[in-house]
Amino acid sequence: MSSAIRPLRILVAKPGLDGHDRGAKIIARALRDAGMEVIYTGLHQTPEMIVAAAIQEDVDAVGLSILSGAHMTIFPAVLELLRAQDAGDVKVFGGGIIPQDDVPVLKGQGVAELFLPGTSTQVTVDWIRANVHPRAAAA
Amino acid sequence: MAWSRDELAALLGEREAWTRGELAQALERLPRRRERFETDSGIPVPDLLDAASRPGADDRRDVGYPGRFPFTRGTQATMYRGRLWTMRQFAGFGSPEDTNRRFKILLGRGMTGLSTAFDMPALMGYDADHPMSRGEVGREGVAVSTLRDFETLFEGIPLGDVSTSMTINATAAIALAMYVAVAEAQGVPRARLAGTLQNDMLKEYVAQKEWMIPPAPATRIACDVIEFCAREMPRWNPISVSGYHIREAGATAVQELAFTLADGLEYVRQCVERGLAVDEFGPRISFFWDVHNDLFEEVAKFRAARRIWARLMRDRFGARRTEALLLRAHAQTAGVSLTAQQPLVNVARVALQGLAAVLGGTQSLHTNSLDETYALPTEEAATVALRTQQVIAHESGVDRVVDPLAGSHYVEWLTDEVERRALDLIGKIDALGGMLRAVEEGFPQREIAESAYRWQREIERGERVVVGVNAFQVAEQPPIPTLKVDEAVQRAQIERLRAVKAGRDVAAVDAALSGVERAAREGRNVLPPILEAVKAYATLGEISDVLRRVHGVYREDGRF
Repeated sequence: MSSAIRPLRILVAKPGLDGHDRGAKIIARALRDAGMEVIYTGLHQTPEMIVAAAIQEDVDAVGLSILSGAHMTIFPAVLELLRAQDAGDVKVFGGGIIPQDDVPVLKGQGVAELFLPGTSTQVTVDWIRANVHPRAAAA
Repeated sequence: MAWSRDELAALLGEREAWTRGELAQALERLPRRRERFETDSGIPVPDLLDAASRPGADDRRDVGYPGRFPFTRGTQATMYRGRLWTMRQFAGFGSPEDTNRRFKILLGRGMTGLSTAFDMPALMGYDADHPMSRGEVGREGVAVSTLRDFETLFEGIPLGDVSTSMTINATAAIALAMYVAVAEAQGVPRARLAGTLQNDMLKEYVAQKEWMIPPAPATRIACDVIEFCAREMPRWNPISVSGYHIREAGATAVQELAFTLADGLEYVRQCVERGLAVDEFGPRISFFWDVHNDLFEEVAKFRAARRIWARLMRDRFGARRTEALLLRAHAQTAGVSLTAQQPLVNVARVALQGLAAVLGGTQSLHTNSLDETYALPTEEAATVALRTQQVIAHESGVDRVVDPLAGSHYVEWLTDEVERRALDLIGKIDALGGMLRAVEEGFPQREIAESAYRWQREIERGERVVVGVNAFQVAEQPPIPTLKVDEAVQRAQIERLRAVKAGRDVAAVDAALSGVERAAREGRNVLPPILEAVKAYATLGEISDVLRRVHGVYREDGRF
C-alpha cells in the first residue's frame, strides 16, 4: 500500500461521567483548524465505546480529556483495550486535571503525552505533528 | 442621571473641551497601550465615563435604595452592616465518613453553612457498583448510594441548626428525599430544614452536562421539587439557578447573566402553569453566580441581575411580594481562572474575585482553593481559601457601607450596559420559544462554545495575559501537595451498598419503586413516592433507573 499523505485522524474522547467538555471542544476545534480530521465522541463514553470508535474511525491517535479524577482507571483501560484489538500503535494522549505525581505513572503505562491546564493548543498541535503519524492501512 | 437639556449640553461641552485639550495632549505624549479597551465580555470601554455618560438614566428609578425595588443596590437595607454574607465552602470527597469529618472541621473553624459536593455517580444516577462508576466513586465529591450513606454523612450534625446546600441536579429529588429522611430520623421536621438544593437542570444541558433524562421531563421534575418545597419546606430553597457552570464552560459575564435568568424564567413559567402562586414559590428561588477577575464587570453583573429579575418577575408574572422580586445569590470564585502554573498566585485571584462578589452584594460565598487545577483541595488549601474571605470580611472595610461602588460613573454605566446586552440575549431566547426550546435546539451550547474558543485564542495570541501561563512564566516549579482519594473508597462503598441491599425488605423496595414509576408515568409529583422509596432503602441508582425507563436516556451529539 502506498502511504499517500493524508490528514491525521484524531479521536477526541470524553470518558466516564465527567461533563467538563470545554477543554475537549477547544482541542477538537484547534486540531481541526490545524488541518487534522477530528472526531469527537461526545460525553459519557466508556473505555469500550472509545476504543470501538477509534477502530471504526481508523484514527491515528486518541486524545482523552478527563477532569473527574478517574484518569488512573480510564487511561489504562483504554490502552489495554486498544492492544487487545491489535491497535496498540494508536497513540493515546490526554489532558485535564491530573496531579503531577500521576503523570510519570501514566506515561510508564503507555500514555504518550499529557497536557496539563494552561497548555497552549499550539503545543498540542505541534506535539501531534511531531509524534503521530498516519497508521498503515489495516486492510 | 436624567439631566435637563441645558445641563447635558454644558456637561458635553466640558467633556469635549477635555477631549480636545488634556486628553489629546496626553495621547500625543503617550498613546494608548491598546487600540481598544474592552471588558471581559467584550464591552468597549471609552476613555472616560462621566456624569454625561448615561444621559437618559433615571437613578431614582434604576438605582434607588437597597432593599427597595428594583434592588440594584442590594437585597436588603443594611446589607453587611447587619449580617455578613454566609461563608459556605463546598466540600465533599471520598466516603461519607471522610466528608462528615471535613464538615465537622469546617464548622469548628467558623464556617456558617454546609455545602455538599457529591461524586459523579451520585450526580448521574448510578450506584457505586455500576460499570459507569468505575474510577469515579468518591473522586469529585462524596459517594452516596443509599439513605445509609446520608445517615453517615450527617451523623452528629444537628440538621435543625445548620443550613445545608446540596449541589446536585439530575438526582436532586432523591438527595432531598434522603436529607428529609435523615432529619426526620433526628427528630427534625422537614418544615424546619434550611438549605438549598441546586436542582437546576436546564444549565446541565447548557453547560455542566450531568444529566439522565431529556430536558423536558427533567425540567418537570425540577418543578416537582419546587412545588413540594413550596407546600412542605418553607425555609428551603428548592432551586439555585446557576450561572456558575455556564460561565465556567466558557460563557462571558453577559451570557452567564442572560442564560441564567432565562433558565429562571422557564422554571417560574412552568410552576405558574401548574397553578403555583408566584408570590408563594418565588421567594424561595435562589441564584448562583461565578465571579471572575474583571472586578467592575462582575459587580455590574450582580447589580444588573437583581434589577432585571425584579422587573421580569413583576412584569411577566405579576409578582408583588418583595421577597418574590428579590434575586438572592450565592457566589463562587472562578475555578477556570486558576492556573496550574505558579499555583500560589491563585490566592491573589481568589481574593480579587471574592472581593468582587462582596462588592456586588452576594448573600453567600465560596472561595476556591489554590490547588484546584490539580485535585480536590487539601485541608490546608481549603483553610487558606476560607481565611481569604475572612480577611475580606474583617480587614478590608468593605462591610462598612452598603453597595460601596454605587454612583461610580463607570460602575453605573457598566451596570446599564451589562443589563442592556443581557436583555437583548433574553429577547433572542424568548423568540426561540423560551429556554427549554433554546436548550433543545442547542442555542446556548453553541454560543458558549464560541466564547470559550475565542477566549482561548486570545490567550494564545497573547492578547489576553494570564500571569504565569503566557507571561511571567517560570521554568521549573516545585510540585504542591495534593489530596489523594484512596482507591479503597470504591471497594468499601460497594461493600456497604451490598450490606444495605442484603438487609432491606425487598417487597417494600419493589412496591416503593412501583410507586415512583406510576407517579412518573402519570405526570404526578415524584417527590412523595421518592421519599417513600429512600426510606425503604431503595438506592439512588434504582430510583434513577425507574426515571430512565419512563423518560428515556438523554444523549448529546458530538458537535464541537
